[in-house]
Amino acid sequence: MTTAGSEATLASTDATLAAFAESVGAEEPIAVEGCRTRWLLGGELTSGTRLVGAPSGIVQYRPEEMTIAVRAGTSVADLDAALAERGQRSALPARGGTVGGALAVGENDLRAQGRGLLRTALLQVRYVSAEGRIITSGGPTVKNVTGFDLPRLMVGSLGTLGLLAEVILRTNPIPAVSRWLRADGVDPQRAIEAVIAPSAVLWDGTSTWVQLEGHGVDVDAEQRALASIGSFAEIDGPPELPPHRWSLTPAELPGLAGHTSEPDDGSGPERFVAVVGLGLVFADRPQPARSLAPELATIAGRLKHNFDPTGRLNPGRDPSRR
Amino acid sequence: MGAVSVVDRLKALRDGRGRSDKASSDPFVLALQDALAADRVRSDGAHRSLLSHDASVFEGGNSGPVCYPESTAEVQAIVRLANEHDRNVVPRGAGTGLAGGAIPLGVPVVVALTRMNRIVEIDTANRVAWVEPGVVNLDLTKHLQPLGFHFAPDPSSQQVCTLGGNVANNSGGPHCLAYGVTNAHILALEVVLPSGEVATLGGLDAEPQGLDLRGVFIGSEGTLGIVTRIAVRLTRNRPEVRTLLLSFDEVRAAANTVSGVIAAGVVPAAMEVMDQRITQAVENYVGAGYPTDAAAVLLAEVDGIGPGVDIDAGAIAEIGRSHGATDVRLAGSEEERALLWKGRKTAFGAIAQIAPDYYLHDTVVPRSALAPVLERIYAIADAHELLVMNVFHAGDGNLHPLLIFDGREEGVLDRVHAAGAEIITASLEAGGVLSGEHGIGVEKQKFMSAMFTDDDLDHQNRLRQAFDPGCRTNPGKVLPVGHSCADIAALRSIPKEMWG
Repeated sequence: MTTAGSEATLASTDATLAAFAESVGAEEPIAVEGCRTRWLLGGELTSGTRLVGAPSGIVQYRPEEMTIAVRAGTSVADLDAALAERGQRSALPARGGTVGGALAVGENDLRAQGRGLLRTALLQVRYVSAEGRIITSGGPTVKNVTGFDLPRLMVGSLGTLGLLAEVILRTNPIPAVSRWLRADGVDPQRAIEAVIAPSAVLWDGTSTWVQLEGHGVDVDAEQRALASIGSFAEIDGPPELPPHRWSLTPAELPGLAGHTSEPDDGSGPERFVAVVGLGLVFADRPQPARSLAPELATIAGRLKHNFDPTGRLNPGRDPSRR
Repeated sequence: MGAVSVVDRLKALRDGRGRSDKASSDPFVLALQDALAADRVRSDGAHRSLLSHDASVFEGGNSGPVCYPESTAEVQAIVRLANEHDRNVVPRGAGTGLAGGAIPLGVPVVVALTRMNRIVEIDTANRVAWVEPGVVNLDLTKHLQPLGFHFAPDPSSQQVCTLGGNVANNSGGPHCLAYGVTNAHILALEVVLPSGEVATLGGLDAEPQGLDLRGVFIGSEGTLGIVTRIAVRLTRNRPEVRTLLLSFDEVRAAANTVSGVIAAGVVPAAMEVMDQRITQAVENYVGAGYPTDAAAVLLAEVDGIGPGVDIDAGAIAEIGRSHGATDVRLAGSEEERALLWKGRKTAFGAIAQIAPDYYLHDTVVPRSALAPVLERIYAIADAHELLVMNVFHAGDGNLHPLLIFDGREEGVLDRVHAAGAEIITASLEAGGVLSGEHGIGVEKQKFMSAMFTDDDLDHQNRLRQAFDPGCRTNPGKVLPVGHSCADIAALRSIPKEMWG
């Protein structure tokens, strides 16, 4: 790892990427294997697909710029450890896997309100195209509107448009104090109104969890505000999460409680933990299938055709089914 | 060419006011008038001429008929008719763009969205509002203020620019340092696609299904379709704000303070640097209370939920002093704070007193490279015998060098463009990018190859063509000759049968 730019570093990076591009080649079905933490998401890979591993390692960490260049095969745990050494973190979810896997899947951390949405964390992407070429899009700076925004397209694309090789991520400082609180029988909407900037508000139909972060004096003040609406007790961390993810609108969340209190009608989860204000839900059963609007399916189909004319990248996977 | 006068002219045009159109015999115009209303489809020469420009210094294009739709259905009707008549389409907001993104090329129908200016729904409980694209940025924030919320992106043109334009350009502003640019504040977009279909990109749910088409539409400079409704995320106002003004006797010291603050793990809401030429102009213009004897000032703002803001403000003051700040002032009242910001926000207006014209550049460099790149920019301007002023979003490395000139002076524009090209090169060499918030438009197309390979640009075009296979929506922008789906040279010529 280096903390300052040097031509040698960048040149060796290019050699690593070139080797990856060569291993991907330009023919035959291919997929990247990371840690297989979400391997079946979006559909099963077509059998006979050749598997490759993305290159790993931190290329350039610039804490003073709040950016880090990292190869896609690096584990999120290694990334987190490197960032923590300099008092920083990223929006990548704590759930683990590789950096490339996390971006390809597009899942947010449950504390996204505190650390940012995953889709805004990716500043620059370098991927290997279906033709085996290295493509760069976005830029190394924290602000950039140069050209079409392919990094946004790559987040959540399940590697169906290009195979992630190296990315530059936005980082942010770890707050001085982080505190989890829990209370029972508190309307989570009241908790959202009582505190100005929670990093997370979770709700399982009975209990409400709040994560407060920032300067100690501010966290104390927010905690006092919460005390006025319920008896919040300090705890170690968030609850254990059920395995399936749902994406709902924040307005739909109160409806979840109806399902748990009434006899099971099969449409909702029996057990859930919802991220209030965001709409992300962790549930004990999968979300019912959603259908993609036909006009969006048309564009998605054209994108797939334009980026991967022979359908060789991650065959069998479909981002609209993730 | 002075931006102020252009903006004033465009303001007058915003609602499609003006004398009534004489009867047209063009079947396309007649069909548009049938679909909308005769007085909201304009094809007179004066009107088309005025909308052939935006606020940039670039040569205008050639506008076809100008439409002022009032609903999504009317926008859809325009796009369908354009398809039937094989005509190009260019969406337009307030026309405040500085990169020529709204300049109509290929004699398109111009879809001016300024009459679609309703705030449709505000849902503070769920932190979202649906607005139409013609809503003016500052009007939305003023509307939200009493509810305790705001829309975070605040471009300097926020009194005039529209949210549809903010979406097209992925606009920024001083307060995007901590809160992020437009992309971070848009949940969903209702758009009329180039096919004429209406689609919703993104959604109000946490992780909308499928590819992030919302994300790629934002910042696509009106080339992927026309936005007709926008779901914006509402940001809760922070109760505590501290605003500091730090003075320095060297621009370098102000720039280094900025990167020192970020390196120390403090992320202020805003950090803006202004050099002495700017502060002197501003003082003559509005009297914001800036020290005119300082080589540069840093306007820094921290916001938060409680007394923690004093810790951050103290850290910034200390870092500033360690870099040689000659004075550190904390705004003592809301009035003083508002005045300090008024100075910053009216900086471009203040320039008008110095010279009739300016060219405002927009590049980004790593924060740690701010000081050396600024020194190069002063040297470049000197070499071309031009006056340069710097007022910029230092916190995220977003430079805004202003080249000041009098367009009546012979050959001066050539020098301005030559200096601009060198500024771009200097920024790229420092590890920066072509644009932080103005976009590429027609301004920086030819520089795209300095940042991207042919393969990179080819992939950008693949994205564009997935939305617009016919290459009819705002053709000839962003991508350079050889990588654009359009024949850029041909777009500048007018077919004989059109508009005589």
